[in-house]
Amino acid sequence: MIAQNIGFWIIAVLMIVAALRVVTTNNVVHAALWLVVVLAGAAGQYILLAAEFVAITQVLVYIGAVMVLFLFGTMLTRARIGAESDLNNSYKKLGIPVGLIMLVAMGLALTRSFGAEKLPDSAKVVSTQEVSDQIFGPYLLPFWALSFVLLAAVVGAIVLARKD
Amino acid sequence: MYVNQFLFLASVLFCIGVYGVIARKNAVLILMSIELILNSVNINLLTFALRNGSADGHTFALYIIAVAAAEVGVGLGLVLLVYRNKKTISVDDLSEMRG
Repeated sequence: MIAQNIGFWIIAVLMIVAALRVVTTNNVVHAALWLVVVLAGAAGQYILLAAEFVAITQVLVYIGAVMVLFLFGTMLTRARIGAESDLNNSYKKLGIPVGLIMLVAMGLALTRSFGAEKLPDSAKVVSTQEVSDQIFGPYLLPFWALSFVLLAAVVGAIVLARKD
Repeated sequence: MYVNQFLFLASVLFCIGVYGVIARKNAVLILMSIELILNSVNINLLTFALRNGSADGHTFALYIIAVAAAEVGVGLGLVLLVYRNKKTISVDDLSEMRG
């Protein structure tokens, strides 16, 4: 438990620092690379939460596919790669109080609801078989719907990005 | 490990993502902030899956990952289209719908 706690805090601090860099850096490519740190940290947290299959999917889909998409998007929409000064809009200052107020509200709600409740100590790892039994059992209909969403997204992205 | 430590981490990430959506005007960076928000939701779902000892949260987390991938694909297609037509992806410059 202690080792897991240490791991949690190291990864959590790393994730928060990286997330702050994502929203404050002046370089789009750097933002994408900091986002990789956040996503990899999230995968680590999923493993701490006994979710191995979701962690693997996170690495494959997010760090593998989504980041490539982001880097291609940056490459195709930007003439130059480097620091830029006009990435933030004029009401940037408004974002800080909004974020802080939401954080305080959620923090209060969480402290009141869950206080010092602990996660079960000997949590068994949810196996891939269990997850697949869920997906292809009670959640089959959402899975079909999701396939159509992905199909529509692929077709839509091609139609949008095609030159004609 | 407390339930709250994961939930706090998720809410911090969520608020950073909201700040990014408000403060950024580059469309690609706004999409990245949305990814932060979606990831914080996933951490929440998996925390509650562990707390309740069920695999339902895992299923939903996988669905969210798939939907996020679709969203990024379509979103970047839109960004490319806007860039091709307007030569900029700053959302402040897209003001055709202003009355």
